[in-house]
Amino acid sequence: MSQKRIAFPFPGLFKGMWVTLRTLFRKTPTVFYPDEKEIPVPRARGVISLDTDACTVCMLCARECPDWCIYIEGHKEEVPPAKEGGRVRTRAKLDRFDIDYALCMYCGICVEVCPFDALFWSPEYEYSEHSIAGMLHDKERLTEWLATVPEAPAVES
Amino acid sequence: MTTGLFALDTAIKVVVVLAAMLSGALVVIFAELKIGAHMQHRPGPYYAGGRFGWAQPLADGLKFLQKEDLVPNGADSRVFRAAPYLVVSATLATFVVIPFGPDLVVRDLDLGVFYLLAISSITTLGVLMAGWASANKYSLIGGLRAAAQLIAYELPLLLAAVAVVVQAGTMSLNGIVEAQAETFITVGSFDISVPFLLKGQLIGFAIFMIAAVAELSRIPFDMPIAESELTMGYLTEYSGIRFTMFFLGEYLAIISMAAVAATLYLGGYWAPFIPENLLNAAGPLILGAKVALLVFIIIWIRWTWPRLREDQLQDMAWRWLIPLALANIVIAGIFKVAF
Amino acid sequence: MTSPELMHRSEVAVSVELQTPDMTLNIGPQHPSTHGVLRLVARVDGERIRDVEPVIGYMHRGYEKLAEVRTYAQITALVNRIDWVAGFANEIAFIRAVETLAGIEPTERAQWIRLILSELARISSHLVFMSSYPLELGATTPLFHALRERERVLDLIEGATGGRFHPNFNRVGGVKPAAGGGSTQKKVSSDLPAGFFAGTKLAMDNVLAVCDDIDNLVTGNELIKARTVGVGVIPGDKAIEYGLSGPNLRASGVGFDLRKHEFILPYDEVEFDVAVAEGGDCYDRYVVRLDEIRQSVRIVLQAIDKVPSGPLQAKVPRILKVPQGQAYVRNENPKGEFGYYVISEGGRMPYRLKIRSTSFSNLSILPWILKDQLVPDLVAIMGSLDFVLGDVDR
Repeated sequence: MSQKRIAFPFPGLFKGMWVTLRTLFRKTPTVFYPDEKEIPVPRARGVISLDTDACTVCMLCARECPDWCIYIEGHKEEVPPAKEGGRVRTRAKLDRFDIDYALCMYCGICVEVCPFDALFWSPEYEYSEHSIAGMLHDKERLTEWLATVPEAPAVES
Repeated sequence: MTTGLFALDTAIKVVVVLAAMLSGALVVIFAELKIGAHMQHRPGPYYAGGRFGWAQPLADGLKFLQKEDLVPNGADSRVFRAAPYLVVSATLATFVVIPFGPDLVVRDLDLGVFYLLAISSITTLGVLMAGWASANKYSLIGGLRAAAQLIAYELPLLLAAVAVVVQAGTMSLNGIVEAQAETFITVGSFDISVPFLLKGQLIGFAIFMIAAVAELSRIPFDMPIAESELTMGYLTEYSGIRFTMFFLGEYLAIISMAAVAATLYLGGYWAPFIPENLLNAAGPLILGAKVALLVFIIIWIRWTWPRLREDQLQDMAWRWLIPLALANIVIAGIFKVAF
Repeated sequence: MTSPELMHRSEVAVSVELQTPDMTLNIGPQHPSTHGVLRLVARVDGERIRDVEPVIGYMHRGYEKLAEVRTYAQITALVNRIDWVAGFANEIAFIRAVETLAGIEPTERAQWIRLILSELARISSHLVFMSSYPLELGATTPLFHALRERERVLDLIEGATGGRFHPNFNRVGGVKPAAGGGSTQKKVSSDLPAGFFAGTKLAMDNVLAVCDDIDNLVTGNELIKARTVGVGVIPGDKAIEYGLSGPNLRASGVGFDLRKHEFILPYDEVEFDVAVAEGGDCYDRYVVRLDEIRQSVRIVLQAIDKVPSGPLQAKVPRILKVPQGQAYVRNENPKGEFGYYVISEGGRMPYRLKIRSTSFSNLSILPWILKDQLVPDLVAIMGSLDFVLGDVDR
């Protein structure tokens, strides 16, 4: 309770002023974007990238997305048999794989449920657009992000 | 350097002082932005005008000039439009009597202090007009708080100045500086002059500074503006040139109050060891240094302390500052007569 | 008075106060101090508030309805956003409720990591309070000090989970950082990043230093004391009556902290004090939160040494079907008691999810406490209750 009483020469006011004066002479911790950029941690969820070779159009990511922001279209193709006299196999081919980043929640459920390791997180974050339509990244653009995916970082033992 | 013609003389002096003070206001605005920023551990203006950001106030001014001129729908349009000009002209009029050197004053009135305090209280009217005419309940609350606060703090301001007048024996600001320049005691072969701050006006100085910060509506007395409660108080509906007028008016008033405090208590344009003939040249610099110190303290306080509630600041004015100031006058009078 | 008959002179009441009609002042929904889109329709007499009616719902996002058509993993990603200031804390109670229903025990290491991150979320939320509360009273500087240190805490959370505000870290049976880059990442069991514990120790030192700075700037400041001591006093029994929880309750003298009563996380294995104050005014609520930051730092520093090694997540079937049942689990969120009531009919999605959010109950005391207060005191009191509209409206 004694902490609540106001003592006459008001020492608390001057202690506060001393903190401010001290801060006046310290170097600012500001990062001057865009001249300097902060490098995000490797694990940061910046953008999702796609490895089209691994994708088998199983649609799990589109189904599990809470916002339904992944649009997938594919068709089945016939592939000649591996050996003579074998049966004709069908393989799914990806026609369209769009992620709408205006809707995306960056939760990572799609990356997690993919059974074929086709989706990866990348810490890139500079893809703002002037129009919302530009936030729909198509298959080619998603493949470009693949180059920015960092190596698996070291883990705590 | 006179041309002989009184009107021309005065016109030149007025223009020079106006120009100097307006650029001074820009400097103070920049100082507040930069110092305030570094006190908060951030860089402040950075891009406008090169790395230091010195052109920020100019950029802000240009930005405000090209903004749309809005008058709210239900507002009393003539009163709304007139309010900012009233505030700015009253503030500029205070610079007429402030001496920058023994001859560098627009007009050294015998009633200097009286004129100063009377003219600066016209700003209260302007603030009240702004609050009422904005047709906005928040502005109204801000305007009413401002009226109560500014009227309440006129009195300690005045009474503290009266104690100095009693001690100096004259109301003319030049006379007050000369009274401080007089020798107080002679130690060996040195004539020592003491500013009123140290000649018994310590409490008076504190009262004057508190009342000055309250007159300026700055934290810790910014209930009229109270950004986190009333958005911008009586200034909410203003934009463009009118807002610039209020803004400039506030910073001009900071310089004015600091200059008056420096003149009354710190010795004004006078400093020891400066020969008489150089005072006209060095005077503005000396006054400038003292004003800079006081302005720094005012900025420092603004960025550190929170604001007082309306009833608490009224309490402080009427129950503490005014009796203290009256006691100060009595003591100053006793000392003046007895010694 | 309106009777046409003559009145005896003893019945005539003469008022010397100027009778003026009250003004209806609409505070919000856009207002610098309402912590979001809260509307208070206040009847004001001069500067004194006669009564106040809060109008909420401007931020209703329909969480409980959304939860009826989302799987448990999807709901975990969504509920981060209820109390967005401390994202991680919102997930804990939910995931524990699901784990209770499904009968899955989380691993030891996961429980300790959840504890560390919960305390980091508490530090983060209270640092936001430290920055915004003095700002509402007019002191503009503590904001930058508090948020600067909060950045360090958020960097820690980002390093471990990938997201600063919305970690989405909990899974049924443990925790799982979002899979990072390289196909090797998925095959290697992801764990906390290297240097996490060392970085946490450093960040905690910085947080303690900034607590001292804020102490000097705010706690001892006589103007703050003048604005907050004796303002908005909530006696202990009224606090319990209105369902207050968290620091608001503890500042009124009721020393109830769920971390000492229900152990959904291993709080019984760390030593810490519960911050309690007696007065129940705004100053006490502020001091309790500052104290809680220090206690949370203490917990984190102990927990770092106690984290066992082991897997991060228990073995869980890929498609999780939770058996039929109901569970209510509550957690000590930074803002108070936060509970989830999950009703499952045996499926991938819950039948019903009811969220007992802290700020909704904390807000219910506003009409009682704001009666006959001054307008500046309204701002001080609302700020000291520390509610967030996302929490109120869900």
